[in-house]
Amino acid sequence: MSSTVAPATDPARFLQRLGDILPPARVLSGQAQLAAYESDGLTAFRTAPLAIAVPETQAEVIALVRLCHAEKIPFVARGSGTSLSGGSTPVAGGLVITLNRLNRILRVDPAQRLAVVEPGVINTAVTLAVASYGLHYAPDPSSQSICTIGGNVAFNSGGAHCLKYGMTSNHVLGLKAILATGEVVEFGGASRDQLGPDWCGLFVGNEGLFGIALEITLQLLPRAEVFHTVLAGYRTLEQAGDAVSAIIASGLLPGAIEIMDALALEAASAAVHAEYPPGCEAVLIVELEGPREVVASQRPQLDALIAASNPVEARPARDATERAAIWKGRKSAFSAVGRLSPDFIVQDGVVPRRRLGEALRRIAEMSRAAGIRCANVFHAGDGNLHPLILYNGTESGALERAEILAGKILHMCVEMGGSITGEHGVGLEKRDYLATMFNADELDCLHRLRDAFDPLGLANPGKMFPDGTAPALAQHGLHPLEKAGLISRE
Amino acid sequence: MNATLTPNTLAELAAAVRSAPHVLAIGARTKPRLSAVAPDVTLISTLGLSGITEYQPDEFTFTALAGTPLREITATLAARGQYLPFDPYLLDAGATLGGTLAAGLSGPGRFRFGGLRDFILGVRFVDGAGRLVRLGGKVVKNAAGFDVPKFFVGSLGRFGVFGELTFKVFPRPATTLTLRLPVADANAASQILTTAAGARWEIDALDLLPTADAVALRLAGPAAALPLLAKEILTRFPGETLSAATADALWADLRELRWTFTKGPLLKLALTPAQLPALAATVRAHAGRIHVTAGGNAALVSLPATIASLGLPALTLRGPGPLWLDAPAPPAIAAAVKTALDPQNRFPSLAA
Ligand SMILES: Cc1cc2nc3c(=O)[nH]c(=O)nc-3n(C[C@H](O)[C@H](O)[C@H](O)COP(=O)(O)OP(=O)(O)OC[C@H]3O[C@@H](n4cnc5c(N)ncnc54)[C@H](O)[C@@H]3O)c2cc1C
Ligand SMILES: Cc1cc2nc3c(=O)[nH]c(=O)nc-3n(C[C@H](O)[C@H](O)[C@H](O)COP(=O)(O)OP(=O)(O)OC[C@H]3O[C@@H](n4cnc5c(N)ncnc54)[C@H](O)[C@@H]3O)c2cc1C
Repeated sequence: MSSTVAPATDPARFLQRLGDILPPARVLSGQAQLAAYESDGLTAFRTAPLAIAVPETQAEVIALVRLCHAEKIPFVARGSGTSLSGGSTPVAGGLVITLNRLNRILRVDPAQRLAVVEPGVINTAVTLAVASYGLHYAPDPSSQSICTIGGNVAFNSGGAHCLKYGMTSNHVLGLKAILATGEVVEFGGASRDQLGPDWCGLFVGNEGLFGIALEITLQLLPRAEVFHTVLAGYRTLEQAGDAVSAIIASGLLPGAIEIMDALALEAASAAVHAEYPPGCEAVLIVELEGPREVVASQRPQLDALIAASNPVEARPARDATERAAIWKGRKSAFSAVGRLSPDFIVQDGVVPRRRLGEALRRIAEMSRAAGIRCANVFHAGDGNLHPLILYNGTESGALERAEILAGKILHMCVEMGGSITGEHGVGLEKRDYLATMFNADELDCLHRLRDAFDPLGLANPGKMFPDGTAPALAQHGLHPLEKAGLISRE
Repeated sequence: MNATLTPNTLAELAAAVRSAPHVLAIGARTKPRLSAVAPDVTLISTLGLSGITEYQPDEFTFTALAGTPLREITATLAARGQYLPFDPYLLDAGATLGGTLAAGLSGPGRFRFGGLRDFILGVRFVDGAGRLVRLGGKVVKNAAGFDVPKFFVGSLGRFGVFGELTFKVFPRPATTLTLRLPVADANAASQILTTAAGARWEIDALDLLPTADAVALRLAGPAAALPLLAKEILTRFPGETLSAATADALWADLRELRWTFTKGPLLKLALTPAQLPALAATVRAHAGRIHVTAGGNAALVSLPATIASLGLPALTLRGPGPLWLDAPAPPAIAAAVKTALDPQNRFPSLAA
């Protein structure tokens, strides 16, 4: 059906016309140049594009998309290429439009608490630019020191604080975008309210299938005055899960509730020399935040709940340094798993929170039955799992067995009433599973929307929807930047 | 008089959509202007589709049929210590869950954690082709598929008829405390709204009252903490702490729109605190009343008679006059999306 890629009319003419828009130094088409862009954070998928365009202005991006439209050449927007689901993997014969040089913070309005940014601005750069006003940009994916706001918008990225603050979409007030049709649109604006349908809401999370975001208006929040962060170790995962249930039932609304299992702890303690309570199958991290008076009065309540949950040990952070250490261990866990295994697959499924214990038990059983080790680090407050399926890519058949296990975990999430992805997006990786969540009519509805924004199927084709053109999965493991120790994943 | 159908099941809802060339969903019609359409449009009432179908307090989610009165939902949530933090309007008047999403206006509590758009998770709806589909999810976090549920916020029933909706909910704060901060004029109000919103206090609601002479600032949280915060706030802005009874009455009057003229248009606007002084002056010049909510980001304006312009885009919720004032021309993509969801143009256009 729809979303088929229109064949390129004439690549040579296209490249020539590309030269009318950008100087030669900003069009990359040599073998070696292309190689650097062949994949994203899902390193298993590789495709060489026709060329890479490096625009520096919005006008150039608009001209590039209109050229692609006129010449029927597919294009893929690219931020920092940290997508874990193959979202920014190039399309064969297509153009990659990199947005890293559109990295200006156009406006900060401390009174209205917003920032207007270009898509190539790095997530942490926003908070950095507004910190002096006591403000911050809430969504905090673990890749935040490197991923772009454009990528966050395309994937509706999350982080450790989604329970209380929501995802990227909850913080996007306005958008300017060039759609795949060549139309430039402006949705939303400076107000935190809106009239008429929520176009921003529809655009965020489109996985690059609608067009390219050129300018994004982000809401900023006052930075929480104080934090109370507790790390508690438990003999069993079940006990840690019970503690989460007790906290949820108490009426507290923590900023974050995270769990790491034994294998993830082993990796984290090796990587950042963190010392966790000994003999624990799980560690729980809970964080309260807010005005000092509020946290002071909720703190005894949380401490009592944790004491009653039979931890091996509970350690409240006594100062900012101890808090930072707790989070460092948590955020390094995934990259640290790279020390335990040469390759791994990261999953991102969601289950109803009350079934977390059951889900983890079933993952453990499935992983035992398959003879594959699986580490778990997850957003317990959201029911968002991140099982890391460990395997050795040099062993024949190991990847295939790992993928079968990954597929079984996704099916389990859907069967439990959850989702195949909480924050990493469908991309290439999970597109064959979209149909496990949506029936034929629902998929058709999604297709029709895609066609409305992109009738020629030029914007990031082959992602989100199954169409049988995926390059074969070859290998999973650390992102090259993680191997270099520059970033770590959640 | 428009013909009206009242389906009792989701299958009947889909059949009702298919049964007529032009249809529009209605709830309790607490906002009649939004569903005042041409006589050949068949109205589909959701009043037969009522009830909470799933509620798991420990999931922070519930699912309910579109015609469920909000009153029933807020009561059910309250019994388990939870709430919809965006303070839906017109509980007493019988507003429905589906109508609230389609109307897209969130109340004062939206200041702290966001509005409808921040709490809607999934929608089962009938599209213009008469197909019952479900998009979004039933868990608090889901990134699969396009976020059509968010798009439906404020869609006025023009893109699909909702049958069942899933929302996220939050634990209800233990106590609330409301301060009344007198202001000389809209400039002074705008100042307070801006300053207070950026402060450390985690304010729950921040409104300029229709009486135009005071800002109402509500705190929500543990009983021990709120008076301490209130004390500090009152040293920054002169004012008083309201008794619980006075505060409850104040918020209930706002929620039920008791401050409005009974005749004349009631309009909704989106704005910023910086735009408030000019808007307030325009409203005053027309002998109107204004309730500014969400820290100066939304306003309801009640006027004794219709006017042509308020200087900002506005949507008529009730009373006479055109549906939109000063509406910007829709982008081309709006028509394409309408066709995608409603290929046969069964639902009225957003313009009327
Ligand atoms: C170590 C590590 C940790 C991570 N942790 C998290 C986490 O905690 N939470 C989380 O949610 N994700 C996480 N991710 C995933 C990833 O970082 C996010 O998806 C991020 O938003 C991608 O941003 P990017 O700039 O790298 O985008 P890219 O990977 O370059 O692109 C991602 C998608 O966005 C599209 N796109 C990019 N820019 C634009 C634009 N301007 N307009 C339209 N479409 C555009 C691309 O076409 C692609 O489909 C992690 C990844 C890594 C490698
Ligand atoms: C003056 C006024 C101000 C209001 N302000 C607010 C506010 O600030 N916050 C707030 O939350 N609510 C507000 N509303 C409340 C609003 O009435 C209710 O939230 C909601 O609109 C009422 O539901 P209803 O059942 O009365 O809807 P109706 O008045 O019957 O319908 C409202 C709109 O929703 C559409 N609709 C109704 N049901 C469906 C459905 N199942 N599927 C698709 N479309 C549907 C109708 O076509 C119409 O466009 C206000 C209402 C009024 C009259």
